[in-house]
Amino acid sequence: MIYLEHVKYKYPGGKKYALNDVNIKIEPGEFVFIVGSSGSGKTSLIKLLLKEMEPTSGNIKVAGVDYGKLKRRNIPKLRRRIGVVFQNFRLLKDRTIYENVAFAQRVVETPSRFIRRQVPAMLTLVGLADKYKSYPKQLSGGEQQRVALARALVNKPELLLADEPTGNLDPKNSWEIMRLLEDINRKGTTVVVVTHNREIVNMMQKRVITLKKGEIISDEQKGGYIDED
Amino acid sequence: MRISSFLYSVRQGLKNIRRNLLFSLASVGTIVSCLFLFGIFYCIIVNFRSAMNDLKNTVTISVFFNEGISDENINLIGEQIRLRDEVNTMDFISAEEAWDSYARKKYADNYDEAMASFAGDNPLKNSASYKITMKDLSNQAEFVNYLKSLDGVRKVKTSEVTADGIQALSSVVGYASIGIIAILLLVSIFLINNTITIGITVRKEEIAIMKLIGATNFFVRAPFIVEGIVIGLVGSLIPLALVWLLYDHVVSYVVGRFNVISNNFAFVPIKEMFSVLIPISAAIGIGLGLIGSILTTRKHLKV
Ligand SMILES: Nc1ncnc2c1ncn2[C@@H]1O[C@H](COP(=O)(O)OP(=O)(O)O)[C@@H](O)[C@H]1O
Ligand SMILES: [Mg+2]
Repeated sequence: MIYLEHVKYKYPGGKKYALNDVNIKIEPGEFVFIVGSSGSGKTSLIKLLLKEMEPTSGNIKVAGVDYGKLKRRNIPKLRRRIGVVFQNFRLLKDRTIYENVAFAQRVVETPSRFIRRQVPAMLTLVGLADKYKSYPKQLSGGEQQRVALARALVNKPELLLADEPTGNLDPKNSWEIMRLLEDINRKGTTVVVVTHNREIVNMMQKRVITLKKGEIISDEQKGGYIDED
Repeated sequence: MRISSFLYSVRQGLKNIRRNLLFSLASVGTIVSCLFLFGIFYCIIVNFRSAMNDLKNTVTISVFFNEGISDENINLIGEQIRLRDEVNTMDFISAEEAWDSYARKKYADNYDEAMASFAGDNPLKNSASYKITMKDLSNQAEFVNYLKSLDGVRKVKTSEVTADGIQALSSVVGYASIGIIAILLLVSIFLINNTITIGITVRKEEIAIMKLIGATNFFVRAPFIVEGIVIGLVGSLIPLALVWLLYDHVVSYVVGRFNVISNNFAFVPIKEMFSVLIPISAAIGIGLGLIGSILTTRKHLKV
């Protein structure tokens, strides 16, 4: 599903590599944590996977698509196969919960009759069916993140990327989100979660890739959170 | 693009306009003033042209021949003149016709009596002529000189009116209006550009999310293009309505008040005028909106 080979990335004007010779292989259906302290390159990795930026060198392949050969106009098609959630949710404040989820389908030009069926189903899945008329600011952080998750999943992506999805949430809400991610993974979606949350990583016993200063320092099945020295 | 997506883009475009009403109105305003002036100048110029046309046909040049010239030579001269580009219409007036029309004017009251008294004698027997109207009055002097230089031509007479002054005025008005309209066009594009840039800035986050979800470039741009088109369309309909009302009123006022004008000059009918003005104005308005929005989205909305 994800294949990175000797990937390096340096921000324009940056001195050091934000990612330095990263090699990762993730199979379809895996659930993978990416951990590391702040500034270790986790978000940069997600941005490369979304083709928001090009690696300085090295190869990236996701869902069978070779990023080096991908034409600009085909980027939207690629992104429709990848769902993404962020630490700060990134919901549209001037639209209802329903519209926020429907937005993802409108953007990819789903016929209205499907939107009307699939949005409520998605909101039910994340447990927010009764809040569809609310606006984001009327919801708690955990609820907002579940809306973001519904939006990321409504187009049925093969891969879900989550960049610190529980960073702004209390432990109870964090666990709820993690349970949902696990559910989604069980139904077949490959899930990659960037996180700082030691407790969750240690409890869930999934594959853990640890970054430090742009390099992979460990990659373990059923791994735990590695403490910084 | 699906109909539902199209409608979505239209809704978003209209929403942009509402959210950004002040700038949208400013953009509409400049297009309105631009096309209002354009409409007025257009009406003036078209009527002017039509007046010039009427005038042209009343300004005639008469060519008279040497005494005793043969009909054959008159024909030869006629053929020579007819080959010239300047000629619009050309009629031969024989000496008899000239005398007849002169006599009808002079002896209007007792024409038959007078004709009888001349008993077939033609006092104007050397007054056969060609009566010529020109396509373009601006080179009248040259053309007259040419006619004078022809063998067998005795005299060239032009009717009093010369069009030099009017012609010059017409081109000054034409250039001035083109200049003003060009400046206004640029201002409109600049304002539409600003309006849409603001719209894009306000919706930055929304656009970023759209792109991450997999919106095509076209889909991201469409609402802004709709915004531009609507601004252009509204900006062209308002001045069309204004110019229509104005023209209608001015024409009926002038025709009702000033007999001198209405007797000598026919205004171009309003429908004829607007059958051209409507498509041109709409095309300019929509074109401005399109150009403004395409330039702006090109600049700000790269993937
Ligand atoms: N837009 C940027 N321009 C320049 N440097 C950046 C930018 N974003 C991140 N960096 C640098 O790249 C490195 C990795 O950042 P990031 O991937 O955001 O780390 P993480 O998400 O693990 O906290 C850091 O040293 C950070 O300062
Ligand atoms: Mg980060």
